[in-house]
Amino acid sequence: MGALVLTQGGGFEPPGVDFFFLPPIFGEVTKPMVLVVLSTLIISVYFMLASRNLKIVPGKGQFVAESIYGMARNTIAREQIGAKDFRPFVPLILGLFTFVLVNNIFGIIPLIQFPTMSKIGFPIALFIVVYVVMHAVGFRRHGFLGYFKHVMFPPGVPKPIYLILSPIEAFQKFIAQPLALAVRVFAAMFAGHMIILVFALGGAYLLFEASAGLKPTSLVAWAGVIAITFVEALIQVLQAYIFALLTANFIGAALSSEH
Amino acid sequence: MVKTQIVLAAADGEHNPVLPEPAEIGVGLVAFLILLFVLWKFAVPRFEKLYSERTEKIEGGIKKAEQAQAEAEQALEQYKAQLADARAESARIRDDARVEAEQIKEELRAEAQTEAARIVAQGEAQLQAQRAQIVSELRAELGRNSVELASRIVGEALENEARQRGTVDRFLAELDAESASSATRE
Repeated sequence: MGALVLTQGGGFEPPGVDFFFLPPIFGEVTKPMVLVVLSTLIISVYFMLASRNLKIVPGKGQFVAESIYGMARNTIAREQIGAKDFRPFVPLILGLFTFVLVNNIFGIIPLIQFPTMSKIGFPIALFIVVYVVMHAVGFRRHGFLGYFKHVMFPPGVPKPIYLILSPIEAFQKFIAQPLALAVRVFAAMFAGHMIILVFALGGAYLLFEASAGLKPTSLVAWAGVIAITFVEALIQVLQAYIFALLTANFIGAALSSEH
Repeated sequence: MVKTQIVLAAADGEHNPVLPEPAEIGVGLVAFLILLFVLWKFAVPRFEKLYSERTEKIEGGIKKAEQAQAEAEQALEQYKAQLADARAESARIRDDARVEAEQIKEELRAEAQTEAARIVAQGEAQLQAQRAQIVSELRAELGRNSVELASRIVGEALENEARQRGTVDRFLAELDAESASSATRE
């Protein structure tokens, strides 16, 4: 009750979870949904245009597109899955990397300023795709029982240890690792956006509500916003990279012939 | 106070950030699958085609260079072989020429020798013929002189022994002079 009184009295209300639940724009459609569709559009159009007229000797634009493609293909997919098997997974890895990247970057683009991945529904959607793919290729490679054996009984361990190790391995491979993949990017984006909100709204509150002597402190808060934004940019790119990297790593582990 | 606020917000239950909204999962899934399809169908094959083309081009270039080098080496070998052939040929021709020259010299020498022999033989034959002629001439002269001497002896008819003796001596002197003059002529 006391809190309510304070709020009504013009006290600072820190931004909370509600800031991530924006009212729908029309019907059931919310801002994150629009952004996700927009990101699909941006990436699709970009790669369609960039790959339209590829040359053996690349120009500037092609060089950029090739760098992104080469990173997903060579640095992530080939390194993690292995030169023998990585080719069918290149679209998935490239898609995950660019999709997460663009949706994260939305968080610091003026006017958009909302990292789509801070709504856990979207990481979960990607998690479903990754989960299906990694276990499907595992079952296909090792057979139904063979895959369980591959996951739960890593070689080179004394027999009694399997009593403890096997359940842990199964839990890790079928639940913890893939779920952590989704939660990691969600949490990073959620927390990052929250920090920016705190600094930005806190600065505004100081400017408008504080007494004259305290007003300049709002500048400090906004300087904080700028600093945090740079950090956020780094984290957003990093998270996209990690998401694609770990996915490739899981697929590589599922396909590997021995641990 | 702040604590109660957070508890209140969480207790609302309406907005829980770790509970996914089904609509968002659906939209996210569809959007991502569409993106995946576009990449799988168009972008990735194009890039892969470019990669393989590029690899092919580079490998092709290397192959071509290797081929050119091999060809150059082959040509060099060929030229060397040809040069060696030419050298051998020239040596052979030189030897042939030497042999031929030797042969010609030999032939010429033989010819000269036969010619010389022929000339010598011819000279000898001529001498023989002259000698025979002279001998026959001398014989005829001797006959004539003998006849003349005989007639003179007979003609004087033994007038006196002294004149006879003088005639014979004169005749012999004449004969001597004649044979001496014929010897100088020869």
